[in-house]
Order: sequence, then C-alpha cells, then structure tokens
Amino acid sequence: MAKDILRKPKGFNDVYFNKPGADKENTHYCPGCGHGVVHKLIAEALEDFGVADRAIMISPVGCSVFVYYYFATGNVQAAHGRAPAVATGLKRANPDSIVISYQGDGDLGAIGGNNILQAANRGENITVIFVNNAIYGMTGGQMAPTTLVGQRTMTTPYGRSVENEGYPIKICELLASLESPAYLERTAITDVKNIMKTRLAIRKAIKVQIDNKGFSLVEILSACPSGWRMTPRKAKEWITTNMMPYFKPGVYKDVLNERKPYAPAKLNLSLDEIDEKLGLKEEAPSFPGDMSGLKENHRNPRIKVAGFGGQGVLMLGNVLAEAGMLQGYEVSWLPSYGPEMRGGTANCQVHIDEDKIGSPVVSDSTVLIAMNKPSLDKFVPDVVPGGVVLYNTSMIDQAPRRKDLEIIPVPASEIADATGDLKVANMVMIGAYLETTKVVSKEAVFAALDIAIKHKGFIPMNQKAIEQGIEHVRKIKG
Amino acid sequence: MPRMEVYTDHCKGCELCVEICPAGVIEMSEEINKLGYHPARYKGEGCTGCGFCFYACPEPDAITVYKKED
Ligand SMILES: Cc1ncc(C[n+]2csc(CCOP(=O)(O)OP(=O)(O)O)c2C)c(N)n1
Ligand code: SF4
Ligand code: SF4
Ligand code: SF4
Ligand SMILES: [Mg+2]
Repeated sequence: MAKDILRKPKGFNDVYFNKPGADKENTHYCPGCGHGVVHKLIAEALEDFGVADRAIMISPVGCSVFVYYYFATGNVQAAHGRAPAVATGLKRANPDSIVISYQGDGDLGAIGGNNILQAANRGENITVIFVNNAIYGMTGGQMAPTTLVGQRTMTTPYGRSVENEGYPIKICELLASLESPAYLERTAITDVKNIMKTRLAIRKAIKVQIDNKGFSLVEILSACPSGWRMTPRKAKEWITTNMMPYFKPGVYKDVLNERKPYAPAKLNLSLDEIDEKLGLKEEAPSFPGDMSGLKENHRNPRIKVAGFGGQGVLMLGNVLAEAGMLQGYEVSWLPSYGPEMRGGTANCQVHIDEDKIGSPVVSDSTVLIAMNKPSLDKFVPDVVPGGVVLYNTSMIDQAPRRKDLEIIPVPASEIADATGDLKVANMVMIGAYLETTKVVSKEAVFAALDIAIKHKGFIPMNQKAIEQGIEHVRKIKG
Repeated sequence: MPRMEVYTDHCKGCELCVEICPAGVIEMSEEINKLGYHPARYKGEGCTGCGFCFYACPEPDAITVYKKED
C-alpha cells in the first residue's frame, strides 16, 4: 500500500491529552530511543488495518509505562511483568478487541518471566511486542536478563560475567520450544533493511491476531542510548555489532499455515445476567432480620472465634455468617489457616452487619468466642469495652479478669459430651451466642446448618447441641 | 518533486535521519529548538521520497515525507 505522504500515523493521539504538564505534543522518551520507532510502526499498522478503535494496549512497567499517553486505543497499565495475564483477561472477555501486550526485557524477561511463558503456552490470541534493549532503562540502567556478557551496567560495573550472572536469556528461542505459539520473530531497529523487517513483523503479528490464529510475539532489538551511555548513532551501531550476533534476528516460529482460526463466541450478557450466572443476584432473605431492637453492644458484631484446630471454630464462624446472610445482613467470614491448623490454635473472623463491610478483618472484636485457654489469653485484650466474651469453661479454668466485658461462661465441651459427641461443642457455643445477643435467630441458624453440613445424618445432633447452648444461657441469665 | 519536512519543535536532534538518508539531503541545523536540541532540517533538494528517514525517526511527528509533488 503505497502512501503518498508519510506522516504521524492515526494510531497515535493527535494531542497527548493524558500526559501531565504543559507539553502535550512530545514523547517522554530520550533522543534516539528505540521505543519511539516501535511505537510509530505499531501506530501505523493500527491505522492501516483500521483496528485502532478496537485495540487495547497493555502498558508495562518500564520506560514505556506511558504508552497510554500516545496511542489512540484503549489501554490498561499492568503491574510489572503481568501484561500477558492482563492481556489474556481482556482478550477472553472481549474477543473482538485487538490486544497488544507491550513489554520491555526487564518486564517480560525478569519479573514477568513466568507470565509470558504461560500465556505463550496457552496460545492466547494476543500480540506481544517485546522491546529488548538489554537493560532496565527506566530505573537508570541496571542489568536485565538480556544484558550481554561483558556489558557494563549500573549493577554490573565490571561487565556481566557468566560465572556470576549466567548467559543472557533468549526469549524467542525459549518460546519456540513450546508447541502453542503461532508466530515468533526477532528483528532489530538498525538500518533500513532491519527497520523494514521490524515493520513487517509487527504488521504480521497483529494480523495473526486479527485472523484469530493465536499467540504472536516480536522481539525487537532496540537502542537505549541513555542506559548504554552512548549517542543514538553509536547505540544503533552497538545493536549491529554486539546484540545481533548473540540475539540472532529471524523467524523462530511460523505455523500459521497449519493453524485453523479459532474465535470463541462472544458472550453478550447484561450486567443482570452476569450477576445471575455468578449467583450474585440479590434474593429476598429467607429469614428477614432486624437488629434495631438489640442492645447497642450486640448490634453489628465483629466476631472472633478461636480454639484448637479440630474444635470446629471455622465451622462455627461459617454457620454464623451463613445464618446472618439468610437474615439479609451483609456478612464476611475470614478463616485463618496456617501452621495453627496442625494441632495449634485456629481462628476465624466474622462480620454480620446491617451496612456494607469494608474489610473482612476483625482487629478490635465486639465478640470473642474462645474454645480453649490460649485463645482466650491471646484475644481478650482485643475485645472492645462492653464486648461479649463466651468462653468454654470445660477447658478454661480461669475467667477473664476484665471488668468492662459481658462474660458468658459455657461448659461447651461437657454439654456436647452429654449430647453425644465432644465435637459439637462449637454448636453449643452458637446456641449460647444467639441466646445472648439475638443477632441471628435459631431458625436461621438451623437453615444455615443445612447448607454447611454435608452429612445430613449429623444435623439432628448439631441442632440438639444448639438447643442445649440456648438452654444453658437461659438458665444462667435466670 | 518529493521532499521531507522536519517539524522543528518535535525533533530531539538524534541524527538518525541524517545517518539513514541515502541521498544525504538532511543536515543538523545550528538553531536550538523549544526542546533544547539542534533540530534536523532538509537541505532543500535531492529527496527521492524513499521514506527511510520517516521510519528511522523515533519521534511520532518530527518528520513528514511527501513522496510525490503535492
Ligand atoms: C514490582 C516492581 N519491581 C521493580 C520495579 C522497578 N522497576 C521499574 S522499571 C523496571 C525495569 C524496566 O526495564 P525494562 O522492562 O527492560 O524496560 P525499559 O525501561 O528498559 O524499556 C524495574 C525493575 C517496579 N516498578 N515494580
Ligand atoms: S532510558 Fe533508554 S529506554 Fe528509557 S527512554 Fe531513555 S533511551 Fe529509551
Ligand atoms: S525520504 Fe529518503 S531521500 Fe528523502 S530525506 Fe528522507 S531519507 Fe532522504
Ligand atoms: S531522526 Fe527525528 S528526532 Fe532524530 S534528528 Fe531526525 S528528525 Fe530529529
Ligand atoms: Mg529494557
């Protein structure tokens, strides 16, 4: 397509309105930076293919983080090295879009090494433009995985040594060993011949995606005059004499003839339908609750449940949260796993609230349910004044000393044992809690049990334990 | 006649266009532009309209090449 005029391609914004400061016409790149040429070639291809308005660029962390200033496309700025994962999500959610993951060698080869490997291996239908300038340009010129042997950088002041840093990573060769990628090529921004090869490779890689043929990547050897401490002309020469002999340009994979186009059907779902499919549709609560009549220190509880692993503390919290949900409240349940699970202490944190919950964490609790002594000792200090503490007297011989708390002693293990199984001590505590505060009703808790307990045969005993807990509190409250 | 044009205040003076021009018709000027660089400029004749300078220039808008008479 011969053009009569070569001028700023329409894939660029006319004015860089996203760019802060007064100058909204010039790029932030150093003189002679290879990123600029690569940008121009992408912008031209987007214009020529007519896909700029359905293209999404993923900008990386690195000098090209500001890709979104320049391109007249959609943009998402990804966390360091994660552009291929972000690109994957965008492409799968919007199969009609043209998603370009633009990445540097530090971003793609170091911190994002596994991300690119997995995206390539899944054969994602995305285009990766990989600018290899053998250095971390943005942060001032540190060694990258692609830094050449002997190359001096801020962090290899005597030159990269094989003994200490190994050999530079060859991304095209590495990815070419995978079955999935459709097209992989390495080019260089040097003389006319190589710039034009780069131009064709970028166009081809974008075309692969337009044709739904799968994963494509172009690795572009590119100058970083500032990081290399060279003039732009010297930097170009350095690519030819130093980079190209090691990073050999060429097509590393091209199986386009063998690949059948694959385009997943686009899902046209309304927000309502998405909510429904995800089970997020709000339903009327089965047991509408109302906390307005409750004592102030009982309302909107922030509950911590703690005990030995095996005492069912996670289940206890889960049933309370589930019951709260059935009553129409906002709830959260945050289990604390970890080494504690292996016989030490376990705990979980539960919110049941009339309002939206900001964080599922409970730091200052209004309710502590302590099943054993270490848990009581550890968490009593975090209970707010006026808070409720239910503790298992079967395993804790000393009541908490604080005078500013509502303390409910419950011989939970003994009651459970008498009910038929020590394991239902947690249910005794649920009964004691709901009778003490009335935050959740017995009906809601029973319905929650049906959801939480898999072996339906156990439900009657659990229900009985809950009744016993209720009975106990009625007795001590007189 | 083909010609090239430098948008002076977008040029960062990298000289890559000068280096790549097969006809040798681009030079660096003495003036200092808004960005603080000596910008490139067309010598005024001899451009063949090959477009190489356009693709070698890292700045999106610094070079325009008119391949034919406009
Ligand atoms: C998680 C995280 N780690 C480290 C950094 C610091 N950092 C910023 S850019 C960069 C490397 C960029 O190098 P490259 O991807 O080669 O891009 P270039 O600037 O050379 O184009 C690093 C390590 C960061 N921003 N975030
Ligand atoms: S530091 Fe290097 S990569 Fe970054 S803008 Fe400057 S020349 Fe380009
Ligand atoms: S178009 Fe070709 S001949 Fe004309 S100035 Fe540019 S490089 Fe030189
Ligand atoms: S290549 Fe572009 S930025 Fe560099 S000197 Fe020529 S016109 Fe200026
Ligand atoms: Mg780099």
